[in-house]
Order: sequence, then structure tokens, then C-alpha cells
Amino acid sequence: MKLFDTFLTGLSTGSIYSLMSIALVLVWRSTRVINFAQAGQAVLSTYVGYEIIVRTNSFWFGLIAAMIAGAAIGALIDFFFMRALFKRVKSGPIVLVAPVVATLGLLGIIQAITGFIWGLDNKSITPPVTTGGFTIGDRTLPFGPLNLLIVVAVTVSLLILAIIFQRTNIGLSLRASAFSPEISKLSGIKVDAIRTFGWALSGAAGGLAGILFVSNSALNPNAMDVLLVFGFVSAVIGGLDSLIGAVAGGFVLGMAINFAVAYIDTQMIFPTTFLILILVLLLKPSGLFSRSKGRRD
Amino acid sequence: MTLVVNDLTVDHGSIRAVSSVSFTVPTGQLATIIGANGAGKTTLLRALSGLIQPKSGSATWQSNSILNQPPERLARAGILHVADGKSVIAELSVKENLSLPTLWQRDKKSAKSSLDSVFQIFPRLAERINQNAGTLSGGERQMLAIGRAIVAKPKLLLLDEPSLGLAPLIVEQIFQTIKRLQTEMKLTVVLVEQNAMSALKIADEGIVLNLGKVVAVDSAQKLLNDPAVKAAYLGF
Ligand SMILES: Nc1ncnc2c1ncn2[C@@H]1O[C@H](COP(=O)(O)OP(=O)(O)OP(=O)(O)O)[C@@H](O)[C@H]1O
Ligand SMILES: [Mg+2]
Repeated sequence: MKLFDTFLTGLSTGSIYSLMSIALVLVWRSTRVINFAQAGQAVLSTYVGYEIIVRTNSFWFGLIAAMIAGAAIGALIDFFFMRALFKRVKSGPIVLVAPVVATLGLLGIIQAITGFIWGLDNKSITPPVTTGGFTIGDRTLPFGPLNLLIVVAVTVSLLILAIIFQRTNIGLSLRASAFSPEISKLSGIKVDAIRTFGWALSGAAGGLAGILFVSNSALNPNAMDVLLVFGFVSAVIGGLDSLIGAVAGGFVLGMAINFAVAYIDTQMIFPTTFLILILVLLLKPSGLFSRSKGRRD
Repeated sequence: MTLVVNDLTVDHGSIRAVSSVSFTVPTGQLATIIGANGAGKTTLLRALSGLIQPKSGSATWQSNSILNQPPERLARAGILHVADGKSVIAELSVKENLSLPTLWQRDKKSAKSSLDSVFQIFPRLAERINQNAGTLSGGERQMLAIGRAIVAKPKLLLLDEPSLGLAPLIVEQIFQTIKRLQTEMKLTVVLVEQNAMSALKIADEGIVLNLGKVVAVDSAQKLLNDPAVKAAYLGF
């Protein structure tokens, strides 16, 4: 039974990691930027959601508000910050360093702002369903309505994302712009605008991840820092470039952490995370789920 | 109603790649730009399609300046650059590659018909419609790259070494297709080539570039028979 229980909690944790992982991959594949600011974007979006929940007493309005806020913040960052940065920084080693410094700087700024507005203490979000576990007979599972809600919400948004990417014109524009900005531009696609849209999608995913994450724990300006780490490791497991890989990576990491905690020790969260990261980097640096691009010559 | 390039200079940092280049291509004509490696041919095309900013000079198409404009705007205005190296997106299918220019076209019916016309010109692409572009042969990839430009309804076609790395028979086919496009779709074509012989055979005019400078401009016929050009670029 322990095996099954652990699987269930892994599912719920993994789904949130997947979302954060997707948020990072969406930006990475279109801009080659590891967006450290995402931890700030997600936390700010979650505070917006929190305010809406306090005012409307509706978790769902809060969730939608967090996603909208996330999308807006993402788009604004790209439009006013990243575009200007890449206009100036075009070649040389600085191209690799500048985005890291810039997004880390943004993270600091956003966290300072949220701390200033909301304080450093923990706020809590009341989830729309009970946090207890389902019961089978006299046994209570470590998986309850809230976990189910999380898994369902993530699954639905992943499906929506998949439809956007595979079935819509904007999805094709997003993929084309990520694979080859130059060919896309030469084909008449407004790559800059598409990129901003990608940042918005990423922000929305981050906002959703944020509000789901804290519905199970507590909200403070640094609440998303660990989630960023898990999301990043998930993305690396998935190969950084692949959305399917990001999702799979999230679940792999979620499962691994939960199993390590259940069967070894509660202290195993970070050792497991980094053990997996190092193993992937050593054995298959292109990610466990990378596909070959076809023939190369 | 022509492409007019006047005194165009383009630098890569401290390297002068294109130096005071001037030439004119009348509407509906096919001009080929030939020259050895590093002559500045690619750089010239990239400046004309908005991928790089020139240092000085001017270039107009139908009397409108085309320099320092975003490439996507020029593409939408009918200036289509097919970059060198079989420029297709390997991760996307043939159909998706061809669809890129339809994403912004308002008239969906005519977008569909331009897709169909590409399949008529290159039936091979129709057979491989759902295949990833990365799995195509070199010749097929070149067809796909040109096909994508056709879907965008070009008026001015800038082709960078379409023959690169292709077998002579395929090169012949591609060049015949380019000639056909020029006459049937009334395109103006700038064809950059190392394969000077084949290019001059289908071209109306030839421009010879050397170390960033124009060293000869003449009708393609004359250049084909010019002893100096023969010696330097045609290899006999
Ligand atoms: N991105 C770049 N940075 C620095 N120098 C460059 C760059 N691109 C081209 N050059 C230089 O500019 C000059 C012209 O290059 P260009 O690619 O335009 O030549 P080309 O005629 O297209 O050559 P090829 O026939 O080999 O394709 C060369 O000396 C090249 O080294
Ligand atoms: Mg070249």
C-alpha cells in the first residue's frame, strides 16, 4: 500500500513541477534564457491571486487572476526588459552571461517589491476543497480532493497547451520561431511578438503552478524559490527544449523525491534532486526525452 | 519598378564585406551575382532582406527603401530571401514549413491555392507532406526552401546558392524551375551563385563580385563569353 500511496503523492507533486518546468522551457526554447525571474513572477502572480481570493472568497477567481497576472507580467518583462537587453547584447560571451544576471536581478527586484507590499510573513490560501485524504475503508490516503484538483488542473492546462502548440496557427508560429528565428522572420512571422506571447504563456503556467503550490503550503516572497529549482531540474531531465520532456521530467522528479522520502528519509528531497540532475547530465545531457531531429549532414 | 542598389557598404565589425556596391535589376529580370568564397554575396543578400544593417548606401525596390527594415515586413511585402544551406526548419514537417507564410496571410483561399501551386511545381514535396523536413534529401530541402518562398507570393526573390552541395542533375532541375518561376510568375530574381556557369546560362544579367566590390556587370551572355570571367570564375 505504501507503494501506491507514494505513487499518488508523486503524481500530485510531479504535476506542479511539470507546470514550473513548462514555464521555464517555454522561455528557454524561444530565447535561450534560463528565466530565474520566474520564481518572482510566479510569487507575484500568486499574491495577486491571493488578493482576489481574499476579496471574492473564490479560489477559482483567484486562480484565474494569478494566471492572467502571470501572463501580463511575463509579457511585460519580455517587452520592456528582454527585448532591450538583446538589442544591445548580441554577440560574444556576454550573451550567455547577461540574461542570467538580468533574470537574477529581476528576481531580486520582484521579491523585494512583494516583500515591501505584503510583508515577509506567511499568508495562506484556503483551497476550495478539503486538504485531507480520501478514505478507503478505515485507511486515509495521503491523496485527497486537493491533490486531485491539482492533478486535474495541471492535466487540463497541459492539454490546452498541447492543443495550442500542435493545432493552432500561433502554436506553429511559436514552434517555428523557437527552432529558427531567422527562417521564421524570412517567412514573414513577427518573431518578436510571438516571443512575447511565449513569455505570457510561460507566465500563466508559472502563476498557475504558484497558486496550486501554495494552496498546499504557505505564501511568502520566497515561496517559489524551491519550486524554481525543482522546475529547472525537471526541465533538464526533459532536455530543456521539449515541452513533453518538461512534463515527463516533472513527473520523474516528483516520483523520485516522494519515493526517496518515503523509503529512505525525509532529508532526501534535495540529495535526490541533485543526484538525478547529475546523473542526467553525466549519462544523457540532452535529456531523457530528447528526440533526434532527423538526418543530419 | 526595379531593384536599385546604390553605393551599398556592409561591415562585419571591422571587416568590410561589401564595399560600395551598385547595380540595378529591372522588374522581371533574373540577375546572378557570382564570385568566389568570401566575395560578400551572402552579406549583400542579408542586407537586402533586412537581416543585417548596412553601414551606408541605399537600396530601393519599386522606389521604396528596403534597408534597415525588419525582415518580416520585407517578406510580407514580397521580398523573399531563401538563405543558403537549404534553409528549412528540420523539426517541422514539410507541410508546416510551407505553411509558415500562410500564418499571416489574410486571404486563406489564396494561401491554399499557393500551397497547391508549390505541390505542382515540386510534386516530390506533396509525397512527403507529413515528413519532417530534417529527413529530406538535400535537393528536396532546397525545393522546400524555394517552395516556402513561393507560398509567400514573392515579387522579388533573393536566392543564396541554391545549388550548394547538390548533384549536377538536381542543380539543373532547380535552375530550370527558377527560370520557370521567373517567367511564369513574372518574378524579379537575384540569384547568388558559385556555380557561375549554370547561373549565367539562365540569367539575364550577371554581376561579378570580388572581395566585396563589383568587378563586372554585363549581360549574362557577354559574361559567359568574357575571357577574363571565364578564366577567373568558370574554370576553363
Ligand atoms: N558574421 C560574420 N562575422 C564576421 N565576418 C563575417 C561574417 N559573415 C561574413 N563575414 C566575412 O565577410 C566576408 C564576406 O562573407 P560572405 O559570407 O558574404 O561571402 P560569400 O560571398 O557569401 O561567400 P561564400 O561563397 O563562401 O558563401 C568574408 O570575409 C567573411 O569572412
Ligand atoms: Mg555565401
